[in-house]
Amino acid sequence: MATLGDLERSIMERLWQSDAPVSAAELRDELAHKTSAGKDLALTTMLTVLSRLERKGFVDRDRKVRPHLYYAVTSRADHTAELLQQVLGAEPDRAAALARFVGQVSPQEADTLRRLLDQRAAD
Amino acid sequence: MLFASVTLAALAVILAWPVPVLLSRAHWPTRSPGVALLLWQAIALAGGLSMIGSLVTFGLIPFSTNLIGGLGDLPPVLFSGALPPSAGLIHLFALSSAALLAAHLLLNLAVTIARTERQRRRHRSLVDLLSTPLLGQPGTLILDSPAPVAYCLPGARTVTVLSEGLVSLLDADQLEAVLAHERAHLQQQHHILLVAFESWRSALPWFPIATRAQVAVSLLVEMLADDQGRRLTDDTTLAEAIALVGSAETQNIVRRGPASVSVADPAPNAVRADRLGTATEFGEDVLDGRRLPMSVDPVVLRVGRLLNPESQLSLPARTGILGLAALLLAFPTLLLFTS
Repeated sequence: MATLGDLERSIMERLWQSDAPVSAAELRDELAHKTSAGKDLALTTMLTVLSRLERKGFVDRDRKVRPHLYYAVTSRADHTAELLQQVLGAEPDRAAALARFVGQVSPQEADTLRRLLDQRAAD
Repeated sequence: MLFASVTLAALAVILAWPVPVLLSRAHWPTRSPGVALLLWQAIALAGGLSMIGSLVTFGLIPFSTNLIGGLGDLPPVLFSGALPPSAGLIHLFALSSAALLAAHLLLNLAVTIARTERQRRRHRSLVDLLSTPLLGQPGTLILDSPAPVAYCLPGARTVTVLSEGLVSLLDADQLEAVLAHERAHLQQQHHILLVAFESWRSALPWFPIATRAQVAVSLLVEMLADDQGRRLTDDTTLAEAIALVGSAETQNIVRRGPASVSVADPAPNAVRADRLGTATEFGEDVLDGRRLPMSVDPVVLRVGRLLNPESQLSLPARTGILGLAALLLAFPTLLLFTS
């Protein structure tokens, strides 16, 4: 049983792959072909998930045509960049939002750690 | 009232400057990070209470002989507009400063909590799209990125995120240690402390102690999580995992990525190196097992305490510090309510 999260991911993967906007019905048919998850998808489910993605700012639609055509707001790479920026960002106000295993490391500190590892490997 | 006000002011000054400076330079917190964390909280709370309490008790001198009565009598007096003859501008100034300071700290806490929550929600929706669940490990996601990162997102639906870069950098035992470390953050609810101290820091940017406290608390929280990680795996495995991730070229990977990523601002490191003195020779210190103060490079310090384990503080020492923390909180509170 595919969850809404899985469905969001497959829809985004599909939208990221192509430049041409697609309708909800086309998306459903494609997903139904490709995965077992899409087999008995209702069009309403599809529209619900698409508007969720729209609310989160990942998807936009062309409202001038009927049915509406959906497309990804930016590329997958851009979203990955935004995410990494949030994880690696040096601003201290980010520190409370997520807890990194190893935080910001200065170049000297990285050097020290490298020497430490070399020394251990040599022992 | 004057006595209480002066005593509280003195306590506020002591807690704002010499005490945090000494504590952030001490070595013992690396041995018992949990105890040190409680002491930092007591210092922050007692410091704020003394600062505001000192202003309030001073401002109320013309209005009443005790705090509770004074606070009760104040509103009618203020609204009727007839101030006692002894009430000068300075008393009103003290009272308004206290009210402003308290409101500023509380509002800032609320704003920081809301901002953090918003950042987490946005991050969660991004990570949900860009990662896949790790089979057999509930609440763990694998992020499709070469940068070796691991982190956890606290909140309603907590999750630990490992990047593909991290998974290929570390072996199975080291990964286990990383997961244990991150789960300790989630289980022990470290994010609540981090948000509180972050709000204090951003509320009082001109107050060096607030920054010092925030830096110390984030490091102590990492040490607590390390202690959980070393318990579930072992010291050297965790130390190697930290050193490998810390020395990996994370920033270069990000730099080579899409053009929209700006390279992390190097300023915080420069500031830190400047504040903490020279940043050289730590490697030798760590290798020699020398006792480092809390204020050297945090990642090196974490590795050092894993490779050269020291026993935690003795029971009497721990009890003494906890008693001191309790006293720090009780003293200004009692002074306020008996004055």
